[in-house]
Amino acid sequence: MMLNRRQFLSVAGLGGVGAVAATGLVAAQPAQVSTNARIVIIGAGAAGTALANVLLRRLDGAQITVIEPRRDHIYQPGLTLIAAGLRPPDYVMSRTTDWLPSGISLVEAAVAAVDPETKTVETTTNETIAYDFLVVAPGLVLDHDAIDGFSLDLVGREGIGALYAGPDAAAKTWQAASHFAETGGIGLFTRPATAMKCGGAPMKHAFLIDDIARRAGNATRTQIRYASHNDTLFGVPIIAERVRMLFEDRGIDALYSHVLKAVDAGRRMATFATPDGDREIRYDYLHVVPPQRAPDFVPQSGLSWTDRWVGQGWVEVDRETLRHRRYPAIFALGDVAGVPKGKTAASVKWQVPVVVDHLVSAIVGQEGSARYNGYTSCPLTTRIGRAMLIEFDYDNNLTPSFPGIIAPLEELWVSWLIKEVAVKATYQAMLRGRT
Amino acid sequence: MTDISTGVVFALLEEVFGRGLFWLMFVGTISIAAAYLYVLVRDRAVSWRKFLLSQLSMPIGAVVAIVFILSVTHSTFADIGGAIDVIFVMGFAVAGAIGMAILVYTGQSLIWRRRLHRRANPA
Ligand SMILES: Cc1cc2nc3c(=O)[nH]c(=O)nc-3n(C[C@H](O)[C@H](O)[C@H](O)COP(=O)(O)OP(=O)(O)OC[C@H]3O[C@@H](n4cnc5c(N)ncnc54)[C@H](O)[C@@H]3O)c2cc1C
Repeated sequence: MMLNRRQFLSVAGLGGVGAVAATGLVAAQPAQVSTNARIVIIGAGAAGTALANVLLRRLDGAQITVIEPRRDHIYQPGLTLIAAGLRPPDYVMSRTTDWLPSGISLVEAAVAAVDPETKTVETTTNETIAYDFLVVAPGLVLDHDAIDGFSLDLVGREGIGALYAGPDAAAKTWQAASHFAETGGIGLFTRPATAMKCGGAPMKHAFLIDDIARRAGNATRTQIRYASHNDTLFGVPIIAERVRMLFEDRGIDALYSHVLKAVDAGRRMATFATPDGDREIRYDYLHVVPPQRAPDFVPQSGLSWTDRWVGQGWVEVDRETLRHRRYPAIFALGDVAGVPKGKTAASVKWQVPVVVDHLVSAIVGQEGSARYNGYTSCPLTTRIGRAMLIEFDYDNNLTPSFPGIIAPLEELWVSWLIKEVAVKATYQAMLRGRT
Repeated sequence: MTDISTGVVFALLEEVFGRGLFWLMFVGTISIAAAYLYVLVRDRAVSWRKFLLSQLSMPIGAVVAIVFILSVTHSTFADIGGAIDVIFVMGFAVAGAIGMAILVYTGQSLIWRRRLHRRANPA
């Protein structure tokens, strides 16, 4: 126990110094706080797991309950590598319990409702769990049904891919994509109009499949088309401009304000909503990334924004403290949080210390001071062997981790090396609360 | 990835290689380095003959290190783009070369000594 705590203090302390230097965040005090508070965490994905591990070490005596129905934990950033044939499906798989500490209680059920007035959570197994503090971290829902004519059993057949849907779907996506890379034709890559996790991933897939087709000697026989939902290729202007240049360099055709709404797999036709009405486009390979929204219990429990992201259900939190704007005992973490950026695992790493600071401060009757600045990162793989390590914040500033050393807008092998070797390690260390 | 401290670096390396393998490699590296220091102190001089052979092995170490890192990351030389990439590749090469030199020098010292020892005192 002594050793653990000392080790923790050194990691947290030194890490805190780095955090202050890097972003001006105020480092959380690593001393343990005694409490018998009941803390409930919904979801044991990237966010819930990392938080549970850190909280357990910060708090002495707290009752921490994690509610998670899924036995498998999926390392989602690895899905793009599976869909490019660079990793097998089991690369992303582990068990939820591999990462959870033993001092918490795990309820293997899904949350059906939250009552923020009586401070209780109800599960699908009809269990009612009371909380003093609630952290909502159930990730998001991929709404595949929102696209007419599309269903997940089409993936891998008829030239259709959908790598977001999980390791099996990513492997099937590779079947369809590799067939396309060998035979050529029109590759059509899409993204939804809703907020989405890792906004760069649909583009990574387009770049990688383009590269694989080139390596197969099919550059002249393939045409890659990327459909953006609005009039830009990326939410951060300086990155959008860089991507535009890369598209030009690779001969990738950018379609603006094209939102996928229907698929006719038999005719290999995709229908897009555009400002000029619906438009049908033929494809030989189609990559579908569906609309994304919060799990149903979030809006149904009255936790969502009503005037922003209408219909998407993201939790109404303050964008700097991640605390609910109407219910101070509730925080949201990870993909479900209603903040302008930040739907990546890298964001979670910066969000966790902020929630911990405010939650622990609330337990001792104080106000926390840590702030989340919107940090988001997404190693944009631009071909096999090269990537751009792009990192940015709420204000569309680039926030490079290695300024002057690794240029964010340059296609570098080192950035690819980071994606291949260091990202999973960082993710796992984060799950254990060690970064 | 921004807060780099010794503790975090160790945590990351443990995740990259797996806890067991990482500490095995760590102990292996420390042991070889210690054995190297041991033979230097024991012999109280650098043997230029052994040093020559260990120097000759350096390019092999450099090449092995580069081939290893490129193959585990699905990359080729054509992917080396910016100046930082060249610096990293050189870093891997230098590390491989020095590692190989130390290994060969230490190996020779320990093995030759044993052979000499055996020749002097045939069983
Ligand atoms: C293809 C792809 C590529 C990506 N690439 C990157 C990348 O390069 N870099 C990066 O940083 N991030 C990347 N991400 C994003 C990253 O994986 C997510 O942002 C991160 O996993 C978010 O963590 P989370 O805990 O909010 O959600 P998740 O990790 O999805 O976990 C949510 C958990 O909540 C559980 N849950 C759901 N509903 C309920 C309920 N009702 N009750 C209880 N539990 C529930 C789920 O079962 C799940 O385990 C990528 C994602 C995808 C899909």
